[in-house]
Amino acid sequence: MAQAFRKTPKNGVRCWTEGMSSKYDVLVIGGGNAALCAAISARRAGASVLVLEGAPKFYRGGNTRHTRNMRCAHDAATEILTGPYTEEEFWDDLLRVTGGETDEELARFMIHESKDILNWIVEQGVRWQPSLGGTLSLGRTNSFFLGGGRAMLNALYLTAERLGVEIRYDAEVVDIKIEDGMFLSAELKQPVGGTTTVAAATLVAAAGGFEANIEWLREYWGEAADNFLIRGTPYNRGSILKMLLAKGVQEVGDPTQCHAVAIDARAPKFDGGIITRHDSVVFGIVVNKHAQRFYDEGEDIWPKRYAIWGRLVAAQPDQIAHIIFDSTVVTSFMPTLFPPIAGDTIAELAGKLELDPTALEKTITEFNAAVRPGTFDHTVLDDCRTEGIEPPKTHWARRIETPPYLAYPVRPGITFTYLGTRVNKQARMLMKDGRPSANMFAAGEIMAGNVLGRGYAAGIGMTIGSVFGRIAGREAAKNARN
Amino acid sequence: MTASSATLQEADRLMTVCNSCRYCEGLCAVFPAMEMRRSFSDGDLNYLANLCHACGACYVDCQFSPPHEFNVNVPQTLAVARAESYAAYAWPRALSGVFERNGLVISLVAAFSMAAFILGFVAFNDPNLLFGVHTGPGAFYKLMPHNAMVALFGAAFVYAIMALIMSVRAFWRDIGEPIGARADGGSIFQAIRDAGELRYLHGGGVGCYDEDDRPTDRRKLYHHLTFYGFLLCFAATSVATLYHYLLGREAPYAWWDLPVVLGSLGGIGLIVGPIGLLLAKTRRDPALLDDTSYGMDVGFIAMLFLTGITGMALLLLRVTPAMGPLLALHLGAVFALFITMPYGKFVHGIYRFAALVRYAQERRHGLNG
Repeated sequence: MAQAFRKTPKNGVRCWTEGMSSKYDVLVIGGGNAALCAAISARRAGASVLVLEGAPKFYRGGNTRHTRNMRCAHDAATEILTGPYTEEEFWDDLLRVTGGETDEELARFMIHESKDILNWIVEQGVRWQPSLGGTLSLGRTNSFFLGGGRAMLNALYLTAERLGVEIRYDAEVVDIKIEDGMFLSAELKQPVGGTTTVAAATLVAAAGGFEANIEWLREYWGEAADNFLIRGTPYNRGSILKMLLAKGVQEVGDPTQCHAVAIDARAPKFDGGIITRHDSVVFGIVVNKHAQRFYDEGEDIWPKRYAIWGRLVAAQPDQIAHIIFDSTVVTSFMPTLFPPIAGDTIAELAGKLELDPTALEKTITEFNAAVRPGTFDHTVLDDCRTEGIEPPKTHWARRIETPPYLAYPVRPGITFTYLGTRVNKQARMLMKDGRPSANMFAAGEIMAGNVLGRGYAAGIGMTIGSVFGRIAGREAAKNARN
Repeated sequence: MTASSATLQEADRLMTVCNSCRYCEGLCAVFPAMEMRRSFSDGDLNYLANLCHACGACYVDCQFSPPHEFNVNVPQTLAVARAESYAAYAWPRALSGVFERNGLVISLVAAFSMAAFILGFVAFNDPNLLFGVHTGPGAFYKLMPHNAMVALFGAAFVYAIMALIMSVRAFWRDIGEPIGARADGGSIFQAIRDAGELRYLHGGGVGCYDEDDRPTDRRKLYHHLTFYGFLLCFAATSVATLYHYLLGREAPYAWWDLPVVLGSLGGIGLIVGPIGLLLAKTRRDPALLDDTSYGMDVGFIAMLFLTGITGMALLLLRVTPAMGPLLALHLGAVFALFITMPYGKFVHGIYRFAALVRYAQERRHGLNG
């Protein structure tokens, strides 16, 4: 098969139109970083590869389009990384953010493999650059993609096409045939051409999580899910994950959990990406729709605080909150997409936010009275704190007293989900009875829960995608040959 | 700050979107310059627009480009803003309207000046002289006396230079803080290097984006051919002028002589370069282009091509009876090129160079340098 495939035209149209009879060595479902790394590595190993991306071409790549860096271990500084980041340090960070909810053997293996990914991904056409303005804290650990995640994807797609990987967009897989842990074929539905059956010797599932599937989220979050904003495309619906779990693949990760950050309430329902985020919490206070504070805004430094506020807002009535600060701090954080809402008095601001003016005035008066003198330094846990209010603001507490008063309304922005398929070091899926699947592999967010059972560390999703994508492709190609 | 035109308002909106993202920071000079600011005056936006080399990489790499609802198209918006800035800073102000119907104006000026040279040759000389065979030193000046040529072209050149200086002065004042800040030698040298190698027409290292998402260096190559072709032709004329006044040697010169060698190499560049640029333009994704300035772009490319092709034809056929008419055509083309320079696409190089100087200054000394 692999030999015959090489003789087909570059775009592979002839092979495709043979329809039912066409059989590929490797079928990749998904179109992001993991899927493309799998497709490229399988193709480089000599396999014929078909990639089915459910989204239209512009929206290809799932969450990868919104990423910007990857966390890889390295023993020395490079042209773009300011210092070493050893495997051990990477492991310590992973252990800390997951609170131990990780498969140590798999995680350490991934961390080891990540070292080589720094070079391998460049060989696939991706280019690095030093950390972006405003992200200096990641300059040692994370390698940034020149031009961002979509640039990275574009490079991978060009390489895949050049190698002869076939790629279909708007290609929704509506069913997968699995018998006794063995993948047989997939039912493909396309806007033009209707439904077709695609047979392949092996399957690589790299189709992401279910963060854009509001109905599914509602199963765990109830009606609150209707107020969630989804940071990625509407195509991350988790349909492949659901099929696999329903057909005997072992699950991993807490199905009820998702990673969420506070994003601007004015952001679009889907695909607002990184630019709708807010990290100005430490410079003010956060109140709910009753104008009440509900959590210590000065608890921790970035990135931990960044990662908790989505869930905190999700727990508030109507899933809405407002970051409130005054005019003295507007230039202390990165410029925002949406301008802050402003009022010359607290009451005027409350009116614009549809909050009770008396309640907001009372909250701010009490907060201001509780602020103790200190030396402000937002880069460390400083000594500016409150006394005598509940909840306290334990660091960076300063009075809000210089008009105009400003606010950002925020909602939970759902980034990714943790539920996934269990895999081993070959990226091979494990079935419910613990046996490895005969020919099914998984890579990327769909299996991230194996390594990242909880929490988040910047760039680790891309590490999981590239490392396991590369392995899944290689193993699938090997599997197809046997 | 509120921007004063619809284009600048859109540019302001985009820079606000981009400044909260910053993924494109490594692609060119525009985004690092943007990051030094939190809000954007008209001058800032015109500066960023002229700093943009239209490589298209930020469009192809942007997760928010159309059809995304954020509708981020930086190359096209800045292209429109750039064209509008040429008109806004034009001197004298009364001629800024020339930019609007630039293609038409340039064709008319070119046709008129070529016709004028032919008619002039006929009117001031014996008509038989036009189609006569002239060789040896001073052959050209049988058709038009050298002093007349120098006076006419000197005047056109001086006018063009003055209009360009006045225009770019207005631009520099608008983009500079503090007002009228002097450029230092280091920044100018840096800008010469950046412009000379077209450092930012490179998509951050892979090339430009033209018809699709495959980067290519085609436009950079043709631009180099055109630009250095132009410089070589200019050098040829300068050397010839020195020969004439310092050494008393009169044109035409032998094929191996410096003015002819420089002019021939330059002429080849001015023929091949513009053809390549024109083809690249027609193949480019329309989403990246400002279609309202199509006439201006093509007009300038055509004038350069015309200058190159008439010059080369003159060189090849200078010992035949075609020399007279070709000399008239070549002089007409060069004359039209000169007098339309301050009111056409030529100014892009001047404004972009000024923006590069400003950028080098900001990098070296910060915003208030």
